[in-house]
Amino acid sequence: MANPATLSAAVAAADAIPGADPGGPRGARPRRALSRGNVFLYGTLLVAALYYALPLYVMIVTSLKGMPEIRLGNIFAPPVEVTFQPWVKAWGEACTGLNCDGLSRGFWNSVRILVPSVILSIAVASVNGYALANWRFRGSETFFVILIFGAFIPYQVMLYPLVIILRELGIYGTLWGLILVHTIFGMPILTLLFRNYFTSIPEELFKAARVDGAGFWAIYFKIMMPMSLPIFVVATIIQVTGIWNDFLFGVVYTRPENYPMTVQLNNIVNSVQGVKEYNVNMAATLLTGLVPLAIYFVSGKLFVRGIAAGAVKG
Amino acid sequence: MTQDTASVSVRDLHLAFGAVEVLKGLNVETAPGEFLVLLGPSGCGKSTLLNCIAGLLEITDGQIWIKGKNVTWEEPKDRGIGMVFQSYALYPQMSVRGNLAFGLKNQRMPKAQIEERIARAARILQIEDYLDRKPAALSGGQRQRVAIGRALVRDVDVFLFDEPLSNLDAKLRAELRVELKRLHAQLENTMIYVTHDQIEALTLADRIAVMRGGVIQQLDTPLTIYNRPANLFVAGFIGSPAMSMLSGRVEGGRFHVGTQSLDLGGYDGEVPARLDPAILGLRPEHVEIVEGQGGPGGLLATVDIDEPMGADSLLWLDVEGQKMSARIPVERSLRRGTEVRVVPVMDKASLFDAESEQRI
Repeated sequence: MANPATLSAAVAAADAIPGADPGGPRGARPRRALSRGNVFLYGTLLVAALYYALPLYVMIVTSLKGMPEIRLGNIFAPPVEVTFQPWVKAWGEACTGLNCDGLSRGFWNSVRILVPSVILSIAVASVNGYALANWRFRGSETFFVILIFGAFIPYQVMLYPLVIILRELGIYGTLWGLILVHTIFGMPILTLLFRNYFTSIPEELFKAARVDGAGFWAIYFKIMMPMSLPIFVVATIIQVTGIWNDFLFGVVYTRPENYPMTVQLNNIVNSVQGVKEYNVNMAATLLTGLVPLAIYFVSGKLFVRGIAAGAVKG
Repeated sequence: MTQDTASVSVRDLHLAFGAVEVLKGLNVETAPGEFLVLLGPSGCGKSTLLNCIAGLLEITDGQIWIKGKNVTWEEPKDRGIGMVFQSYALYPQMSVRGNLAFGLKNQRMPKAQIEERIARAARILQIEDYLDRKPAALSGGQRQRVAIGRALVRDVDVFLFDEPLSNLDAKLRAELRVELKRLHAQLENTMIYVTHDQIEALTLADRIAVMRGGVIQQLDTPLTIYNRPANLFVAGFIGSPAMSMLSGRVEGGRFHVGTQSLDLGGYDGEVPARLDPAILGLRPEHVEIVEGQGGPGGLLATVDIDEPMGADSLLWLDVEGQKMSARIPVERSLRRGTEVRVVPVMDKASLFDAESEQRI
């Protein structure tokens, strides 16, 4: 094969462009923007993006329209007259059963369920993971396997037994009952996450801390926890989105006055009496989805980093 | 030395992980202020033994005494030991000062005293200038010093080192080796040092314990171990370039190799009347090379190859089909194929029983 440099010089000389560099072409090799591969690649991406974005667009647009405009049936048309009334109604006035104070009640219920559940489950699971990673005891591996096995059993199997357990404990239907359920169901995956992260921390650090006279809790709080911010962020994201989006446990283990936002959303959207207010339904759905979305936007970068860090060693 | 005055005393120590026996009945004692090196190839149990002494591993059987106190079931912090790890194991989120103070804070020592201890350790180790830096901002040698400092501030009786220099480059390793020796002379603590590097062992140790397969092969001064290795393993493991091993038999006070034989007169030990098979170990610097076939004694050999190493040359020879090496002055270059006579310094040679592998 001919030397590419001389080849390109020859080509340049053959159809010399006036004013062009006599030394031949320079810089990066020019690429055609509309090559067959690019068209295919970006076309696919565009279709996929549209596929995901279109429903969201319809929701936003519909939530900003008044009912007369919706009845025209053009679901893709942008609103002629923008109104925020559906959002106000969804938040504060929509009726579910007897109360007509909208989603706001469900929102605060969800917050009251979410905060203790997230804190409690992460606190317990991180200590679990730490003990399993660093303080191996007789049967710790068996214990771990059983715990992980729990992650593969469908929730529905445990639904009724848990009702009985909560009833016997006297916390069935209360917020604390639901918090306990969320803590239990978060345990397998969170423990796995924390255990894997802690085993990736060099064992010699743990040994050094023991020689330095630190006990179980001192090592956990002063050595392990400060080194594990990414995994705590990951756990928080998993728990916040999981618990916020939960519907099944919310509807099974609480009473109507404690229903979380998702259950209330369902009740608003599926209420049968009167006119179906599509705009209010759309606004209510968007409102419910805002919290997990906000969490992703705020901490997405840390999330990816933490997942990757935990994945290195298992 | 009796067991009560010993600084560290390991008595009949067994350790098994399930069915796998890792340490098989070890007995080691160190005098106060002694520098003991545990030397052996990877997997020989030397680090495991150190972890047992530190209390980081629960032993299966036996006892560990430190300063006349049975500490077999004590927590690491109550044993009066400080430990330096291969990876330094500095707490990354704490400054150097925080790293040094951590152990003292756990003892609930008053602040003023902590400051005093840190100042003293920093002065000894010359780390005063970077007390407020995080470990990530330190070089390898500086980190190593901080790791030693962490043991130093706690004012312990015994320092345990787990391959502390093997993460450093060769030049820095040599520097820190000298520094460690100086530190030991200055502090006069008992130090137990694990390494697989025989140069570190020979230069630092008062005594060396050579280990293999969870058993101590020989426990003696570096010079004895070098000159009078207890068995074939120790002989082969210590010394670089390695000791040459000639297979043959002993009969009538002579060592027979093939058709030739060598007078064993002057051997440091009792030469048996008959030993077959036997192995004669000769260190490269303990043989003389005489050119030409004439002259008395020695073995006839052919030069195989000549390796100049700067200070001297390593000469590889062929003796009756067996390989051996000799150190010669670098100016004396001998061509391949030259016939020479190998004359061993017999009182520095080692004779082994090839079956039991023990030195005679």
